[in-house]
Amino acid sequence: MSDVVSHIMKDQIYKLAARGMREDGRPFDKMRPMSIETNIIGPAEGSARVRLGDTDVFVGVKVELGTPFQDRPTEGVLMTGAELRPIAHADFETGPPQPPAVEISRVIDRGIRESQMIDLSKLCITPKEKVYMVFVDIEPLDYFGNIFDAGSAGAVAALKTAKVPAKRHGFGEDFPMPVRAHPVSVTFAKIGKHVMVDPTLREELVSDARLTIVTDEKGDVRAMQKGLSGSFSYAEIKECLLLATKLGKDIRAIKIG
Amino acid sequence: MTEEKKQRVVVIPGDEIGAPGLKSGSGSYRRDGKVFAAQLGIRNVRGDFVNVIPLGGRYIPRGGDSVIGIVVEMGPSNWLVDINSPYPAPMHVSEVPWKVEFGDTARYLTIGDAILAKVLAVDEIKHVQVTMKEHGLRKLDGGQLVEISHSKVPRMIGKGGSMIALLKDATKCRMFVGQNGRIWLDGEQDSMMRATQAIKRIDEASQQFGLTEEIKKMLNYSGTPQPQGDKDGE
Amino acid sequence: MNEMGGGSTDIKLIDEKGIRLDGRRVDQLRPIKIEAGVLKNADGSAYVEWGKNKVLAAVYGPREDHPRHIQDPTRAVVEVIYNMCSFSVEERVRPGPGRRSVEISKVIADAFRNVIFTEQFPRAKIDVYIEILQANAGTRCAGVVAASVALADAGVPMMDLVPACAAGKANNQLILDLAKEEDNVGQADLPTAIVPKTGEIVLLQLDGHLTPDEFDRCLQMSMNACMQIYELQKDALRRRYATSANDVVETEEAKQ
Repeated sequence: MSDVVSHIMKDQIYKLAARGMREDGRPFDKMRPMSIETNIIGPAEGSARVRLGDTDVFVGVKVELGTPFQDRPTEGVLMTGAELRPIAHADFETGPPQPPAVEISRVIDRGIRESQMIDLSKLCITPKEKVYMVFVDIEPLDYFGNIFDAGSAGAVAALKTAKVPAKRHGFGEDFPMPVRAHPVSVTFAKIGKHVMVDPTLREELVSDARLTIVTDEKGDVRAMQKGLSGSFSYAEIKECLLLATKLGKDIRAIKIG
Repeated sequence: MTEEKKQRVVVIPGDEIGAPGLKSGSGSYRRDGKVFAAQLGIRNVRGDFVNVIPLGGRYIPRGGDSVIGIVVEMGPSNWLVDINSPYPAPMHVSEVPWKVEFGDTARYLTIGDAILAKVLAVDEIKHVQVTMKEHGLRKLDGGQLVEISHSKVPRMIGKGGSMIALLKDATKCRMFVGQNGRIWLDGEQDSMMRATQAIKRIDEASQQFGLTEEIKKMLNYSGTPQPQGDKDGE
Repeated sequence: MNEMGGGSTDIKLIDEKGIRLDGRRVDQLRPIKIEAGVLKNADGSAYVEWGKNKVLAAVYGPREDHPRHIQDPTRAVVEVIYNMCSFSVEERVRPGPGRRSVEISKVIADAFRNVIFTEQFPRAKIDVYIEILQANAGTRCAGVVAASVALADAGVPMMDLVPACAAGKANNQLILDLAKEEDNVGQADLPTAIVPKTGEIVLLQLDGHLTPDEFDRCLQMSMNACMQIYELQKDALRRRYATSANDVVETEEAKQ
C-alpha cells in the first residue's frame, strides 16, 4: 500500500527540483543534519548510533576468532552486513537479506575495505590458522532514506572506537582496533535531470538513479556504486565526486558523541 | 479558562471508565458489569455511551468522513483506494461522477491518482467503501500532499474551522483536510512551502495553548480569518 | 542452566546479608526505564532499558494481511518477531531467526492473543517487532513489556497491558529478575507475563529445577513484580500523551 507513490508527490518533487528546491528546503548540495553517538552497546566491541535527518541506524562491531582466507593467511577478516528489518519501515519484510540490503552491505564494506581502514595484518594471531574476525552489523531502526551514508558513518565510527577483545579470547590485553583511515560515504539521487545529495525517503521513491561515492582523507576515491535503473552522465559523475570530497571533509569533522 | 482547562486524563487499555447508566461505546469493552478502556485515549461521554477517543494509531474510517485517497489498484469495474487505514477501500464504478464502461477504469483514474472522496457506511467487519459521487468530490491535480497524524485533524481544522481558515487566508492556498490525516493544498510554490511548515508545526506541537498565535506569527499574519462554510476546506 | 550448581563451591551470587552481586535484595527489580513513541515510521513503539537490557519494540498494524489467501476472515492475525541483534551479547549471534528466537516469538504472540481484540479487524495483521539491542538476561520479559506499550501506542484495542517478569533460583535462594551472571549459573528461571485486570497468566516458561513450593513462591514473586511494572508501563504512556490530551478532546467535542 505505502509503496504506491502518488502522482501529486512525484509532480511536486519534480516541480521543486526544476526550481533548484527540495521538499525540506535544502539545496541540492546539502546533507541533512547528522549526529553520531558511540559506545552505546556494552557487549559490543564497538558501536554507534547515527541519525541522518529522521533516519536512525544502530551499528555494532563484534570481534570473534576465525580462520583467515586462504589467499590472505596473515590477515584478519572483515565482514559487513546490513539488514533492512521490518521494524524500520512498513514495506520491509522478514527473511534473509534481499538484494537491496545485500547491496548496502557490500557497498559499505567496499568503502571500508578499499580504504584499508583497518590494518588487518595486526589482527593475525597464528598465520594460516587463527585470526580475529571483525563483524560489522548495520541495523536501521527508522528508515527515512539513505542508509548508505548513515550506515557507513556508523560503521566507521563504531570501528574507530572499537577495541579488539584479546582478553576475552585469551590472547593478552585488549587493544584498540588498528584503524588508519577515515573513509566517508556520500550518496546522490537523480530525479529527472537533477542530481541531489542525501535523498530523503520520498526522494528515493521518485528517483531514477543513485550514486554512492566513498572518499578518503586525501580526496581519493575508494568505492563507487551506481544504483537503480537510471543513468548518470560523465559530467554529473565528475561533479558528484567533487561534492563528495567536499562533503566528506564535513562529515569527517563531525564530533562523535 | 475554567471549563476548557479541565484536566483531561489519558486512559489506558484496562482502565475502568464506566459510570451508572453508561453503555460501552467505541474504544471500550464491557466485563463483569463494568466498562473499561480498550484503547489509549481520552474518555468521552456521548448520550448514554462512554467512548474512548484514541490518541494514536491508524485512522479508522467512519461513515461520512471526507478523506483523501490514493488509487493503488484497478479492476475492470472498480478501483482500490488507500485511505491510510487498516484496509484499502474499494470504489465501484457506480460511485464516481463519470459513466465508466466495463474494463475502462484506467481512463478515469490510474494507480497513483489522488482523490477527494467520502466514506460510505462501514459494516461490522470493517468493510468500507468510498464514493466520489457527492458535490465537491473529485480527482486532485497539482498542488501538494502532506500527511499528519489523524488525531491532529481536529486541531488542524480548529474550532469552527478557525485554524484552517487562518492557514488559507495567510497563505492564499486552497486547502483540504481529510479526516484520514491527509492534507491537500495548492497555491504559489513559496506559499505552499510556508503552509507546509505551519502544518508540520501544528502536527508536532504538544499542546494547543498559544498555538494559534504562534502560527499567525510564523505566517506573518495579522488579519482575521473569514468564517468558513465548509469546515473541511477549499 | 547449571543443574549441578547452586552449592557452596559456586560463584557466590548472594552474600550472607542477602545482597546480590549488583547490590540488590533477593526480591528487588533492576532499574527499569520505559519510553513510548520513540520511532516515526512504526504505528506504535516503545523503548525499554531494564538493568543492562536495551530493547526496542515496534508495532505495524492493523494492516491488511498479505497474501490474501492466508488472511483470517474472522480476526486479525498477530505475529511477533523477536530478534537479538548480533552485537547484543558478548559472543556474537548469527543474524537470522534461530530456534530460540522462533520459540520466544511464538510464546510472546500467544501471550498477546489473549488480550488483543482481534475480532475487530478481520483479514488484517498486527505485526510486533522486538529488537534486542543489548542483552543481560530477561530479554523476553523486557520484550513483552515493550511490546505492550508499543501496542497501546499504536492504538491496538486490548483488554489490558501485559507486564512480564522472571523469577528464579540461585545459590539455593529464590530470587527475582535474574541478571546475566545469575541466569548463567542459576538453578531455575521462570519468566511470566500476566493480565493485571484478571490475574491470568499468559506467558509461563520454566527452565530448571524447583519444588512445588518453590515454584509457587517464585510465581508469586514474579506476579507481584509484574504489578509494579504495570504501573511503569502506564506511566510511560501517560507521559507520552499527557499534553496532547486537552485539545484533542476540545475539538472532538466541538465536532459533536
